[in-house]
Amino acid sequence: MMKKRKGFMISCEEANINCDKSQYREASFWEKFKLNIHLIYCRACRRYTAGNSRLSKLMQKDDVDCLNEKEKAALKNAFDKELSNNN
Amino acid sequence: MSDHKLFPNTWIDRYSDYLFNYTISRVNDRETAQDLVQETFLAGLRSKDNFKGQASERTWLISILKRKIIDHYRRINSTKGQAEVRVNFSKEDGDEGNWLEQHVADPFDRTAEDTLENTELGLAIHNCIDKLPEKQARIFKMKTLLGYDTEAICNELNITASNLWVIIHRARAALASCLKDSWL
Repeated sequence: MMKKRKGFMISCEEANINCDKSQYREASFWEKFKLNIHLIYCRACRRYTAGNSRLSKLMQKDDVDCLNEKEKAALKNAFDKELSNNN
Repeated sequence: MSDHKLFPNTWIDRYSDYLFNYTISRVNDRETAQDLVQETFLAGLRSKDNFKGQASERTWLISILKRKIIDHYRRINSTKGQAEVRVNFSKEDGDEGNWLEQHVADPFDRTAEDTLENTELGLAIHNCIDKLPEKQARIFKMKTLLGYDTEAICNELNITASNLWVIIHRARAALASCLKDSWL
């Protein structure tokens, strides 16, 4: 593991977090810059980054869906009512 | 033989997304899918005495859901006034259209269709998400599938942004290794 240094050298942990942020387009320019510098010399993080962007691509396909919080709450409500009637 | 048990209290949290995904890829309408999932849970609750413990909870719920979906298509088909196909699904007369959950036995081995279901991306992903710790799963879903803002999630769950990113990172790493063999 790398010692924390000033400037554009970052640790693998930080690089991975920056990579995750950039998957959601929430990394700042400076963060992306530091990530890319890190990727030049770190093979493990290159691999993580590649896998991570493949994962993002998979998640963006539209057959992955889930209930949002409101829908789930409604479902839970209806179910709990029935549950308390039942017992 | 391992005996499975039913815990209806945990159903919604544990299976609703999986069932919803299963449904939506078959009926293609959010509201209908929601209704079918809800009916499935209620039907499961009503007929929980029929559960013999041979299948896992989720398999059992899916087998109810399958019949709900079939029933849904029979219903919309009959309102269209199309040719009716009569099939006797159960021997007694008088409970036509009601051959559903009361008659469901536990499917105790994996059928070809189950294997096929594993090849559906949405289900595979939910399968992996379900293996995550609850908090990670919730945050990952909010962020990735529902597209909530970082700030909104932080406010709602009372965590800091860097806390959130660490959780996201763990979830993504776990998912990547879970999906690695078949999808990535």
